[in-house]
Amino acid sequence: MANDTDSRDKVQDSPQLPKIPIFIMGKRYMVPEELTIMKAMEYAGYQFIRGCGCRMGVCGACGTVYRKPGDYKIRVGLACQTVVEPEMYLTQLPFYPANRASYDLAGAQGSAEEIHAAYPEVFRCVSCNACTKICPAEVSVMDYIAAIKRGDLELASELSFECIQCGLCVSRCMAELPQYHIAQMARRFVGAKLTPKAGHLREQVRNIAEGRYKDLMDQLESASKDSLIELYKARQWEPAKEGEDWTPDDHRGLLS
Amino acid sequence: MPYPQYLKDLIKRVEANRARHVALKREDDDLPFLTLEQRQSYLERFHPDYKTGPQIRRPITVGPSKGYSISPEIVDLLEARALVDPDKLDLSNPDYDVDVLIIGGGGAGSAAAIYARNAGASVMIATKLRHGDANTMMAEGGIQACDKAQKDSPYYHFLDVLGGGHFVNKRSLARRLVEDGPDAIRWLEGLGVLFDKFPDGRMKTVHGGGTCRKRMHSASDMSGAEIMRVVRDEVRNLDVPVIEFSPAVELIKNAEGHCAGAVLYNMETQEFTVCRAKAVVMATGGSGRLHIQGFMTTNHYGATGDGLVLCYRAGLPLVFLHTVQYHPTGIAYPEQAEGLLITEKFRGAGANVLNVDGERFVNEREPRDVEASAFIRECTEVGKGVRTPTGKWGVWLDSPMLDLLHGQGYVAKNFCGAYMLLKRFEIDISREPMLVFPTLHYQNGGVDFEADCTTQIPGLFIGGEVGGGIHGENRLMGNSLLDINVFGRIAGANAARFAQDSAVDAPLTLDHVRRYHQELEDAGIVTQRRAPVLLPDYTTPEVKERQLETHYLGNLR
Ligand SMILES: Cc1cc2nc3c(=O)[nH]c(=O)nc-3n(C[C@H](O)[C@H](O)[C@H](O)COP(=O)(O)OP(=O)(O)OC[C@H]3O[C@@H](n4cnc5c(N)ncnc54)[C@H](O)[C@@H]3O)c2cc1C
Ligand code: FES
Repeated sequence: MANDTDSRDKVQDSPQLPKIPIFIMGKRYMVPEELTIMKAMEYAGYQFIRGCGCRMGVCGACGTVYRKPGDYKIRVGLACQTVVEPEMYLTQLPFYPANRASYDLAGAQGSAEEIHAAYPEVFRCVSCNACTKICPAEVSVMDYIAAIKRGDLELASELSFECIQCGLCVSRCMAELPQYHIAQMARRFVGAKLTPKAGHLREQVRNIAEGRYKDLMDQLESASKDSLIELYKARQWEPAKEGEDWTPDDHRGLLS
Repeated sequence: MPYPQYLKDLIKRVEANRARHVALKREDDDLPFLTLEQRQSYLERFHPDYKTGPQIRRPITVGPSKGYSISPEIVDLLEARALVDPDKLDLSNPDYDVDVLIIGGGGAGSAAAIYARNAGASVMIATKLRHGDANTMMAEGGIQACDKAQKDSPYYHFLDVLGGGHFVNKRSLARRLVEDGPDAIRWLEGLGVLFDKFPDGRMKTVHGGGTCRKRMHSASDMSGAEIMRVVRDEVRNLDVPVIEFSPAVELIKNAEGHCAGAVLYNMETQEFTVCRAKAVVMATGGSGRLHIQGFMTTNHYGATGDGLVLCYRAGLPLVFLHTVQYHPTGIAYPEQAEGLLITEKFRGAGANVLNVDGERFVNEREPRDVEASAFIRECTEVGKGVRTPTGKWGVWLDSPMLDLLHGQGYVAKNFCGAYMLLKRFEIDISREPMLVFPTLHYQNGGVDFEADCTTQIPGLFIGGEVGGGIHGENRLMGNSLLDINVFGRIAGANAARFAQDSAVDAPLTLDHVRRYHQELEDAGIVTQRRAPVLLPDYTTPEVKERQLETHYLGNLR
């Protein structure tokens, strides 16, 4: 391996590492200054069971709130992404209760009214924007809720796409909404009901089901390794710059 | 952490060549692909799999794949004792009793749950962390399927899969993968996955490394997260119970030799519980957190190879585990984000890979193992890597080219995940290139299974990254998200069928664990090691030394 230092996530301690104080749930620990909150907590001796998932900022397991001395503001970050700051007071919120309405997607129309019926509390939103402020993924939570109220599910879907479902918005909502569940329903409605389906997908599923590639695939499956390698080398390459409608000159392996 | 000044100075060399590189890209004037012979030579000389020595490979001394040489990090887990003492656990009073138990709440497990439930079975998922804390959630780039008949077919997809896998894949599995691909996408589309589409509904598809046709479907650069949260939502709609923070630590068999459930371990209350099931789907995913050869990893916190250990003890052979996939582009700087994945789609969309002089040195669309080897070669033999402040190596991935090629805002819109991630560290990847190096990414091999997801043990089904054979010795991007949906669905449906038609009611037993322990002793392996380890061990030695009264069960406190 070219990288000569061991790259496990475990922090290699050394007296030279400059350290800063942080307060984990009110308790003071000295930790190396460039660590993320997650690695700092591990350095301090915590072993995560909750509060840690992807370690990459997409799973929403590690929502963390903190304050700094002399500053009234509640700050927020993902423990796996946020670098520690001196004197920060932090706690993780690995779970927050949120009710979810079950629905039958197949039987649904995909209308905003169905979402309103499943989550009538959506109209309790008073647009205080606390949800947007706390969102560690910088999603405009209040705006997507507003879009759902108005019936603009496409916009809601777009605005909520980066939601990581950590639940911090739910913890702050004075109208007591489970925002991320509502957005999930809206996005699935958009994907399943409001967006045109891909025709080519159905066509190819049919081709395969009707066995139109069967002989070809039987041959490939039983071909010798050498002849497979020859066929592999002979594949015509779809040029990167060509558009959707490109068709190959070599029709081998295709139906047309 | 923004780039320090010396790196900013090096970036000037990249910038100086950018206009020329963009012009070449517009003409499809890329560096030529390596020949198959050159590829082989790159692999043999630079790929971590090809290194030799006891730190790299060690034969397994017990069990069904005895003599097979694989990474010692995995062999250690196979040559370890069970977490549960078979003589202490009472199996006669199961805590849960279901038709189908699904082990692992990732993409494969969730697809299996939906199919088993819809086939009428009672289903339960037991998972280690939360439902969806899984490698599936992290996949960025996309999912392959050959659904554009005018230019693509199972024929080409099959050849690509085989070529990527060095032509040694289990062909029945690869065939099933490509032939079921379009239907898996259709299924996901129907569940509401927000694929990137043209206004008329056609899928936008692009190239991935090693694909001869553009068949990579995506949902921005959060393809896996989008799929995961949709299938999770559907599992919830079906009211399938999900027992979180309760990993399976042992499979249970019955007196007929069928798989008949699992021992679960509640990591929060430290209790062992028993789940009896008529059929079991193993879908525990990969093993990046074992940090093979000390590599950084892209994998989620729970990727510790548990399913390998459980299946092996129950008697299933392991295949293709002698290879591990290193993704060419893991973040090499800043250190806080180290190892995290930068999707291959950057290269697919036209970003060049550049050395310290800002020059190209490899075609960006070689298969992953070759691409990774080329990076390592550039940083070692050629000596043109970029040194990070902590003394590691990397090469540039010139993301700002994409805004020039496709228009202002392209990077921020199409790679919002990576863009946001690095923005938090004050690196704007629409203006500055990224520093990348290979990172441990995917468990190419795994448990041996068949195209109908059955195994040599009746009642035990396999789905997802825990299985081996589909991808041979190297998986192409986008084929794993496909694999978990294709085989997750089959595993769920067939497990439900088995539960209805073929399951037999017989007393539960852990005799296979006793026998395995005996085999260890007979082989002279005396060890305190316990497996599965469940979580990686990131406690510093200093802290451990002071934990005088703490007991560790595997890596768990
Ligand atoms: C960063 C990243 C990017 C990727 N990008 C792509 C891509 O663009 N395209 C592509 O095709 N593939 C990609 N992959 C690969 C792909 O995402 C995974 O291989 C695939 O999602 C694995 O799915 P799975 O269901 O088998 O496992 P997972 O999704 O990992 O799910 C396994 C689940 O089992 C749980 N579990 C583990 N042990 C136990 C136990 N003992 N008991 C109970 N539960 C347990 C885990 O916690 C987890 O929830 C990527 C992977 C990573 C890490
Ligand atoms: S651990 Fe997944 S978002 Fe932080």
